[in-house]
Amino acid sequence: MAKIWVYAEMNQGKLAPTSLELMSKARELGDVEAIALGAGAKAAAATLGKHGAKVVHVSEDSAFDDFVAEPATDALAALSQKGSPDLILFGFTTDSREVAGRLAARLGTGLISNAGDLVAKDGGFVAKVPYFGGARVASMKANSKPAIVLVRPKSFEPSESGGTADVQQLEVVVADGSRRAHITERVVEATEKVKLEDARVVISGGRGLGGPQNFPLLEDLAGALGGAVGASRAVVDAGWVPYSMQVGQTGKSVRPGVYIAVGISGAMQHTVGMKASKVIIAINKDAEAPIMKMADLGVVGDALKIVPALTAAVKAKKG
Amino acid sequence: MKIVVTVKQVPDPNSNLALDSDNTISRDKEVVLDPGDECGVEEGLQLKEAHGGEVVLVSMGPERAKDAIRKGLSMGADRGILISDPELAGADALLTARALAAAIRGEEPDLVICGTESYDGSTGMVPPMLAELLGMPQLTVAKKVEIDGSTVKVHRQTADGYQVVEASTPVLITVTAAIAEPRYASLKGIMAARSKEIKQVGMGDLGIERGESVETIEGIAEAETRKAGVVIEDDGTAVDRIMQLLTEAKVV
Repeated sequence: MAKIWVYAEMNQGKLAPTSLELMSKARELGDVEAIALGAGAKAAAATLGKHGAKVVHVSEDSAFDDFVAEPATDALAALSQKGSPDLILFGFTTDSREVAGRLAARLGTGLISNAGDLVAKDGGFVAKVPYFGGARVASMKANSKPAIVLVRPKSFEPSESGGTADVQQLEVVVADGSRRAHITERVVEATEKVKLEDARVVISGGRGLGGPQNFPLLEDLAGALGGAVGASRAVVDAGWVPYSMQVGQTGKSVRPGVYIAVGISGAMQHTVGMKASKVIIAINKDAEAPIMKMADLGVVGDALKIVPALTAAVKAKKG
Repeated sequence: MKIVVTVKQVPDPNSNLALDSDNTISRDKEVVLDPGDECGVEEGLQLKEAHGGEVVLVSMGPERAKDAIRKGLSMGADRGILISDPELAGADALLTARALAAAIRGEEPDLVICGTESYDGSTGMVPPMLAELLGMPQLTVAKKVEIDGSTVKVHRQTADGYQVVEASTPVLITVTAAIAEPRYASLKGIMAARSKEIKQVGMGDLGIERGESVETIEGIAEAETRKAGVVIEDDGTAVDRIMQLLTEAKVV
């Protein structure tokens, strides 16, 4: 059996959602061990066991929470040299990719990022990597051992398989030399009403909205539908709305029941993060915009008129 | 303070991208300095203006990537280094990071500034690899940078706000587009950039070899595409049509 390791990312005491998604795939590929580092790791180990981990390596050393990437890299590098896994899986998230990048450089193995799926083949692993905005899928074979693959969030459904993990305390001493990028404060700016990733309806805005002053129109519609508001990278980069709202390759991946793209042209960066939505509705001035070719319903018209009218219609119907 | 900013030439994000026959993104079209890197150059210049020193741009790419470096020089950066070698064509993230590290190491910078991710690849894997190879801590996804002596402090963007993260120089920073509005190059800046040095180096100069590829592309396939639906002009019935879909989807 192949030795599959999952880096179970912890976020302030809790398992990151991607960790359990990765477990579903990992147990198809071989014997699974997970590594959970930081506060809450021991409690997480029980959950990881239920999701198929036979062994979970844990450490609740506060260095893993307080310093960016390097302590985790040290721990994984040391473990990997001892346990020689065939594959280490990471979520394609900001925190995990920083650890994976350092680890790959330290081990000299390289990595495959942004994978949407993964299969075992000829004793190795082939990752399916969407590129060109998801219009194409490249099959990339990892030639290194360990292979390191980063998987896009929401690629797999988390599911329990039953079981209890053997929890092993990680005897790792985080060197002073790795206590460098020190997180001294955590500031919460915005609390989302409905989480973008979990919303049944997502309404996203792009440059076609004309300016940040028109985003409240989307907030109103989202309020009426009980949904969440997202945005394209273009308007996040332009500073209209915060990064937490970005949908796309480097933002969030969503797959709601209904996705309404308002004034978004459908750049590949964006569509890769929302094309799995069940129903896509696009409102755009440009009939030739790429988003129109993937929408179930494309409306060519003035979003600033259509969106408020739609909000009124939804409110009227809901009474 | 010696500041290195990594810059990349990418297909213009505002143009329609096309694929070449070898399935790479066509670079025949308009190419520009990556808009994310422009913000990195701007931040480098602002830090130099506040703390003194030098801003050196390092890029990897074909000969014409000099245009991207020249753009940064016209904004005010001091000089550039272009890593260019036919052997580097199609380099993966690790090879790119190794080449950049080899060129940057000799500069002994206090600060290396990278964009969080490129506009064309958007995977953001090179910066953490580069930090590791340079033996530097990484202060990432920064929307604000403050320097006090040898202490660098950033606001690191998170899903619901930010973290304050600090480290001592030398340090690698990745910046978001929120960090600074890139300045326009002045006519004077453009003229001055013409005489600024761009040193070109190859793999031999850097003492690196390509090595075996850690991943190989086995095949490329068309992704499952969504079937195109209907496109209608809004003649006043659009809201009704949308409502009908929302009802079918049981969200109203």
